[in-house]
Amino acid sequence: MPPSTPHSAISVIGLHKSYGDHLVLDGIDLEIPEGTVFSLLGPNGAGKTTMVQILSTLIGADAGELRVAGHDLATEPDAVRGAIGVTGQYSAVDKLLTGRENLILMADLHHLGRAEGRRRADELLERFDLVDARGKLAGAYSGGMLRRLDLAMTLVGRPRIIFLDEPTTGLDPRSRRTMWQIIRGLVAGGVTIFLTTQYLDEADQLADRIALLDHGRFIAEGTPEELKRLIPGGHVLLRFEDPGDLRKAADALGMRTPDGGALTLQVPSDGTVPALRDLLDRLGDQPIAEFSVHTPDLDDVFLTLTGQKELQR
Amino acid sequence: MTTMTRAVTDSATMLRRQLRHAQRYPALSVGIAGLPIIFLLLFVYVFGGALGAGLGGAGGTGGGRSEYVNYVTPGIILMTAASGALSTSVSVCTDMTEGIIARFRTMAIARVSMLTGHVLGSLIQTMGSMTILLVVAFAIGFRPNANPVEWIAAIAVMLMTTVALTWLSVGIGVWCKTPESASNVPLPLQLMPFMGSGFVPTDSMPAGLKTFAEYQPFTPIIETLRGLLLGGPIGSSAVQSIAWCGGITLVSYIWAKRLFNRDPSTR
Repeated sequence: MPPSTPHSAISVIGLHKSYGDHLVLDGIDLEIPEGTVFSLLGPNGAGKTTMVQILSTLIGADAGELRVAGHDLATEPDAVRGAIGVTGQYSAVDKLLTGRENLILMADLHHLGRAEGRRRADELLERFDLVDARGKLAGAYSGGMLRRLDLAMTLVGRPRIIFLDEPTTGLDPRSRRTMWQIIRGLVAGGVTIFLTTQYLDEADQLADRIALLDHGRFIAEGTPEELKRLIPGGHVLLRFEDPGDLRKAADALGMRTPDGGALTLQVPSDGTVPALRDLLDRLGDQPIAEFSVHTPDLDDVFLTLTGQKELQR
Repeated sequence: MTTMTRAVTDSATMLRRQLRHAQRYPALSVGIAGLPIIFLLLFVYVFGGALGAGLGGAGGTGGGRSEYVNYVTPGIILMTAASGALSTSVSVCTDMTEGIIARFRTMAIARVSMLTGHVLGSLIQTMGSMTILLVVAFAIGFRPNANPVEWIAAIAVMLMTTVALTWLSVGIGVWCKTPESASNVPLPLQLMPFMGSGFVPTDSMPAGLKTFAEYQPFTPIIETLRGLLLGGPIGSSAVQSIAWCGGITLVSYIWAKRLFNRDPSTR
């Protein structure tokens, strides 16, 4: 860990948190430079949300030296609150207010003044494609609209650091992509982002650095490229019409034929074009019913990394 | 911006939010105002004749129903305050289970404003309900003989009672984990006027209940209102009322604030 510098948006040394006997965060060290995207990956229950709740002043830590936007979390929580914005995985909007009223509520709480608050609300409605729905109660919004409104509310106060806790969980693919575009736009504007997600591809798309959280500890940390090199598990799945075709293909690739008359063959591969071309060349004109490329997903990452950890012990 | 002006500005913002809610979800407001009115009509028209005759004719008229309207209205006023308290604890508790409160907690706003917004909204609603109740009572024969000063004093008593019950119900709302329990816990408050001097004189009750009725907080408040609105002795009731309301407000305020400032994870 490099020492804390004035240009750190978030600096964490020795963070511990437990609920009763249950240890949730077990000695986390972290340094996030200003203007970068940090992504925290982990399965449900890994402690991601707890970490966001602590860094966003919602709950206290048991131990650790924590600074956000240069302010100590324990002694200057209000200064931290003035610099951050939080969008959680459960929508934090007022469902009995309209979209526009929600934004004006935020503007009023940031003391923007009546005219400036309304101007800011309308600007954000425009930017988040919510103009048509501005007069509808937020309770009637779709999942994707709620997340957009939620994030728009977070941006009313122009935070320098934004926490996004699983911003796309439960969204359809189109809404997910919209959300990614919005996040990229924020980064371009110089905002620091702390993103938690369960999806490796999401972290890959957005993050400068990724950490994998499991049982309250970082089990890996690095750039997306560094992390991917740690993870084998990509493969090509071949499906055949009958076991005879499969046997011939297996012979051509020098692989053992799977038992039990299976019709599919898993060939390890990193999924790159040269590797696929080589594979197809070796198969020649063998009949293949289906050919699909599988890149490693978070399951592979976790199985691999937690497996390595078990071995090291 | 100083801490104090920030608290005032943020409370005003939260109050606007509450009033919008009341406007969007009027069922709760109608309920607060409606239930005591139903009780008023029920007690005056169904039981009023019999109960009025049993009052012992303070005015010597033996007026039955018409005398009972005067007797029961102060009790129903307190029932309105209790009814408002119930809706406050439900709406506070519902709020606490919503994500928006977590958002407020991560913003640089005056923390107490999240509670004072509820208190102010609830005060306005309950005082409005009491006004409607007095109008209905008037229409069916309630005839107070208070002078303007006594009226102002009576309104002050209603206000301080509402403030006390509202802070108590805010505490209950933060304390309860589900809106269901938040609607059950304050129910005894609704029954308190019955177990005091609200509907019948405490003299007519059996010994144990009579002692409870005479020493519980609603009785001196009802007696003070009765004295101010209809004449008759107030005695030490006024001082007792102020002490009860002040005490309940202070303890509830501290309790609610402490509960609210806890880590949300320990809720």
